[in-house]
Amino acid sequence: MIRFEAVGKRYSGGGEALATLDFEIAAGEFVFLTGPSGAGKSTLLKLVALIERPSRGQVVVNGQNTRKVARRRIPQFRRGLGMVFQDHKLLADRSVFDNVALPLLIAGFAERDINRRVRAALDLVGLADKAPRLPLTLSTGEQQRVGIARAVVSKPPLLIADEPTGNLDPALSLEIMRLFERFNELGVTLLIATHDIDLVTRLGHRRVELVEGRLVGDTGRRHGSA
Amino acid sequence: MAAPERRGGELRRGGPGPLARVRGYFRLHAQNLLGSLGRLARQPLASLLTVAVIGIAMALPAGLDVLVTNARALSAGWASAVDFSVYLEPGQPLARAETLAAEARGHADVVAVEVISADEALAQLSQFTGMQAALEALSDNPLPHTLVVRPRPGLSAEAVGRLADGFETLEGIDLVQLDTAWVERFLAIVDIARRASGIILLLLGFAVVVIVGNTIRLDIENRRSEIEVMKLIGGSDGFIRRPFLYGGLWYGVIGGLLAVVFNASALLALAGPVQRLAGLYGTDFALQGPGLSGLGMLVGGGALLGWLGAWVATSRHLRDIEPT
Repeated sequence: MIRFEAVGKRYSGGGEALATLDFEIAAGEFVFLTGPSGAGKSTLLKLVALIERPSRGQVVVNGQNTRKVARRRIPQFRRGLGMVFQDHKLLADRSVFDNVALPLLIAGFAERDINRRVRAALDLVGLADKAPRLPLTLSTGEQQRVGIARAVVSKPPLLIADEPTGNLDPALSLEIMRLFERFNELGVTLLIATHDIDLVTRLGHRRVELVEGRLVGDTGRRHGSA
Repeated sequence: MAAPERRGGELRRGGPGPLARVRGYFRLHAQNLLGSLGRLARQPLASLLTVAVIGIAMALPAGLDVLVTNARALSAGWASAVDFSVYLEPGQPLARAETLAAEARGHADVVAVEVISADEALAQLSQFTGMQAALEALSDNPLPHTLVVRPRPGLSAEAVGRLADGFETLEGIDLVQLDTAWVERFLAIVDIARRASGIILLLLGFAVVVIVGNTIRLDIENRRSEIEVMKLIGGSDGFIRRPFLYGGLWYGVIGGLLAVVFNASALLALAGPVQRLAGLYGTDFALQGPGLSGLGMLVGGGALLGWLGAWVATSRHLRDIEPT
């Protein structure tokens, strides 16, 4: 599902964010990306989402070499993966329903299908009754669940998340992770960057660790991942 | 939280079908059309200012065009209402003049013919101070008999010209003088005004594009984070651009409607005084409005310019916004 081949990333005017990274994530895996701040976790996710392009090497996502995705094809590419952010990135002037519906609207789904799918996604994250509310009237944990519903509503095979529990207390963090595990059971591949080591240890999925842009640890594929 | 197992079937993949895509496309356009109008309405003061400036910029050339059109209509009336003089050859008897006058009165395009005999002409001329002595020095009257012909009102300038030419070919006629030079001069001035209004139209049209472009640029800047989110979740350039284009369209359309209102008010304010002036000259001339096609041009032109302004702004600025 994701393959990094000798990938390096150097920001102009900055240091080396990633140095010669090689690893592969198979379809259906649940992978935590860990490491201290500045280790290159976010950069790695940005390479997957084509927010950044590698300086060296190749990143293959969903069978597509990101090097060969032209600028105007990036939207189409991004529709093939769901993204969850630490700050949710919800649109404050639209209802929960409209926020979740946005990826379907972009993809050109019919209104009937949009209604059905958005309801299903909100049901899945336990927010079916919050559909008409504005995001800012919800708690942080609920807002994050709206963000997750938006990421999965178009049923992408791959979900990436950058510190999805960064602003949540341990109980809510676990709740969010359990939600991700349910998607994993449904066949979705997950790559989650986090520095919540306790939670990672407790859940026991594959863990890829970065330090200063280098791969320093990989527990390998675990049983229990679908 | 809901049990995902029950809803598991909902996680099936697959995009919308082709028919749903087409329907979705049109629904999206309709939503954008109304949504961008709603966005304008949510900032009434800022929108009103923008629209007012557009309205004024469009009302100016449109108003000038109305004035030019009216001046042409007015002068077209003058050109045909002008009398012309038919001079008989010297030595032709007054009886010949009377015969010609009688014939001319029977012509369908002639409403009146006045005969001025050589003696009357001389008498009129001698009334000018300083001329008397000079005329007395002459042994006999050098002036010919003259017919003053008044064509039927509403006759085109060409028809009047043909009528005058017809007199010139008649037996015993020396010269026909049709004094339309001053009308032609006036028409030349009107043509300059028309050309000037074209130039002003171009400049102010450009101004409308710039105004809308700048407004949309600010709008893009204000919605930067929203645009970033759209790009992150796979919104194409067209999808992100569309609401801004419709926003520009609305600015132009409403600005055009406002220009119509400005022009109608100005015409209404001028109609009374113009009618009084026309009354003083004994004509029933009334100001002509731009008409339905003129109004359509204002609104349609506004739509086009607004769209163009938004198109330029989005082309330049949407590309620069990328998620980081």
